[in-house]
Amino acid sequence: MVEEIIAEKMAKDMKEVSVAEFFEKNRHLLGYENPAKALLTVVKEAVDNSLDACGEAGILPEIKVVVKPTNAERFKVIVEDNGPGVIESKVPYAFGKFLYGSKFHRLRQSRGVQGLGIHGAVLYSQLTTGKPTKITTSIGKDIHIFELMIDVTKNEPLIVSHKTEKNPSKWHGVKIEMEVEGKYIERAQSIPEYLKQTAIANPYAKIIFEGPNGKIEFERVIKEMPRQPKEIKPHPYGVEIGLLRRMLSTTKTRTLLQFLTSEFSRVGRGSAEQICRLAKLEMNKRPQDLTPEESEMLHKAMQLVKLKAPPTDCLSPLGEKLIVEGLKKETGAEYVVAVTRAPSVYRGNPFQIEVGLAYGGNLPQDQPAQLLRFANKVPLLYHQSDCALTEATVETDFRRYGLSQSQGQLPIGPLVILIHFASVWVPFTSEGKQAIAKYPEIMKEVKLALQDAGRKLASYVRQLRKTKEAQLRKELFEKYIPELAESLEKLTNEQKQKIIEALEKMIKKGDVSGKEESGSEEKS
Amino acid sequence: MEKKKAEVKKSLEQIGRKVLEDIKAGRNPSLDVPIRALSNVKFDEKTKMLVLGEATAKRYFFNIAHVRKFVQTVEAAALSKELIEVNKHLSLREAFYRMKRTLPGSNINLVDEQEESNAAIEDLELIANASREQLHINANKMGSVAGKVVIEDKGDIVDWSKLGSGGWSIPSNVEDIIFKKVNAKFVIYMEKAAEWERLHEDRVWDKLNCVIVSSQGQATRGVRRLLQRLHLEHNLPIFVLTDFDPWGFYIYSVLKFGSISLAHISERLAIPDAKFLGLTADDIENYDLKKHLIKFEEIDFKRLEQIKNYDWFKNNKDWQRQFKMMKEMKAKAELAALSSKGITFISDKYLPEKIKKKDFLD
Repeated sequence: MVEEIIAEKMAKDMKEVSVAEFFEKNRHLLGYENPAKALLTVVKEAVDNSLDACGEAGILPEIKVVVKPTNAERFKVIVEDNGPGVIESKVPYAFGKFLYGSKFHRLRQSRGVQGLGIHGAVLYSQLTTGKPTKITTSIGKDIHIFELMIDVTKNEPLIVSHKTEKNPSKWHGVKIEMEVEGKYIERAQSIPEYLKQTAIANPYAKIIFEGPNGKIEFERVIKEMPRQPKEIKPHPYGVEIGLLRRMLSTTKTRTLLQFLTSEFSRVGRGSAEQICRLAKLEMNKRPQDLTPEESEMLHKAMQLVKLKAPPTDCLSPLGEKLIVEGLKKETGAEYVVAVTRAPSVYRGNPFQIEVGLAYGGNLPQDQPAQLLRFANKVPLLYHQSDCALTEATVETDFRRYGLSQSQGQLPIGPLVILIHFASVWVPFTSEGKQAIAKYPEIMKEVKLALQDAGRKLASYVRQLRKTKEAQLRKELFEKYIPELAESLEKLTNEQKQKIIEALEKMIKKGDVSGKEESGSEEKS
Repeated sequence: MEKKKAEVKKSLEQIGRKVLEDIKAGRNPSLDVPIRALSNVKFDEKTKMLVLGEATAKRYFFNIAHVRKFVQTVEAAALSKELIEVNKHLSLREAFYRMKRTLPGSNINLVDEQEESNAAIEDLELIANASREQLHINANKMGSVAGKVVIEDKGDIVDWSKLGSGGWSIPSNVEDIIFKKVNAKFVIYMEKAAEWERLHEDRVWDKLNCVIVSSQGQATRGVRRLLQRLHLEHNLPIFVLTDFDPWGFYIYSVLKFGSISLAHISERLAIPDAKFLGLTADDIENYDLKKHLIKFEEIDFKRLEQIKNYDWFKNNKDWQRQFKMMKEMKAKAELAALSSKGITFISDKYLPEKIKKKDFLD
């Protein structure tokens, strides 16, 4: 898994150079390769953090995003949430030290995993403007205001200033302010588009955006939050060798048998013994003592033993209701349908696919459908063509559901397709976390979800087409009426106007549009 | 048999009144249109002609697939009525332009192609039970004749043997022509104008005492009616000369038995006694034309297969033999190939020999 490889690479590099220094040289890995994408990434990391924090604390999120130009190439970015806040002592580490975070050593569905995101933003600000990042936070008690920088060589936070203020209104949350180099755009792959898609996937959040060109408010349309995901232990099938080695070295267990039964899900005593036998390792061996060769044998053995699939209650889908509400609100479509599939498993990792289809209304008639991809509720804006979600979509035959589509293309029509991939571990294809790898299990689930939603959409599309055809038919008859009346006047001397009125009356009565639909003339 | 003008006019008005009654009664206006297709055409063994069956189709105004044809047909009736009233005739092409107009508030033309107005007029013939000539719409005129015949046409006396190199041009309506003097013994109809010019230059009609007629491909109605009248009124045998290919055979078939689309007026057009002179498969052998054969294409095979199975050829042994030989040759040949034997070979050798030997197919 790519993320882990980077993380590992970074961890390894840490011995020689700090991760921060590594990042400084490889900023493209985290989405800072050009000014427009960099500005988007800064906003995205902060908003994702806010949504995750609110979600964990069970608070309906209210997030304010401000992007203001300070000169032609610099922007001030402020992201403020009403989340639980960060306690005073943890602030410097939470924002100023790489690979520090609450999410790295656990398997649980969440937006960020690596503990790289917000630190990357802090570092990017520091690199491009030389200014510290201002963090204002409270857990409902005093308000703490930090100015932070990162010591790049030591990978340590540098506190530039720290003030404390009284908090009479009991405010809680985090407000992060930084100045960065960037470029502001407003079409695809932009901050407004990211926020709009975020609002679709998180309709229980209120998001206010004050951009260079004005204010946009994404209202909260639903007050229920999706259920919080449970944390699970890794399943042996989904563990990469690197993670296994790290687990072996950091575990508090004393024997291999204990290690296997307590650090993994779905491994009982019997399976653990079987794994040890297959790996030709002593069950009482200390996990920390395994040689690299032995850990590799262990890793192989873990894949060979028959185990139950991992538990799936660790997943937090959006749910059909939420998808429908979100799409309705932001697309202005006339008809929205959503499908949440039952959880499935790829390589030991539980995952779940959800699909929403928004049709009609103000959506453009003759354009390819818009595809909105989400991984753990985060919009994926880049690398659409490399993504499993895209490939599964173009491989689905939408013509069956009354839409037009060319081979290997997105369907054409007034359609928005939303696909949500929820998992404890998202198999991104690249460092930028923008495309999902094409595992057959994932492709299959996406297609099944699209087909299911497509069938629901089809009856609506057909009904709509029928109504439209009846209208067209009426209009067609109306065009021929004057001609017929004129010819009949010549043949019968009956007044043209009278004939026209009689025929139009027949159309109004409506008993003409549905009848005799057969194309060929009936024989008698 | 000829319907009086007033009668035709009345039946056109009747069509309009029927539609009007439908409208007044709140019924979907409809027309009963006899079906002009192979499925509704029968070969009458007694008369040896194609006759139209009884099947009709209902054509509705309030039907998305019919409305266009419906209005076209009624408009054709209105146009025809107008022509009868002012006693003028229009060609099919002119009728097309009369009917071609844009529907108000749209980009739809009532007719876009002449095929559409032609079809409407042909349908009208059946609905009104009147010929196109009676509807005052003329078929395209295309055809020449030369021979030892004198006629009277609109008061003019015309001698078909004294008309220079062009011959008499056959009008679309030959009903009113009067045959004054007929000295010919038979008629040769040929598919191609080029052969007609050959025969005319060689004065074959003089040497063989006959009439030569051509009309470039399928014979037009005027030509067919003229041939039929020469045959019926003056007992002249009709011989047909076409290329050796399925399409040539079908030209003969139409002259003899009638056509599918005009099966309703076969009795006014068909000549069941007509004979096929050539080119036959035997001619290819006898006159050594093998090296001028043109290879069959897929479409030729298909057409041959269709013709072979028509009721009126199915039980004809001589014709089935021809079809079989053609199929085996997998090739066709043109009349013009005869000129490889000599410039006037067709006039001096081929025709006299064939006619003398009575070497023709029935």
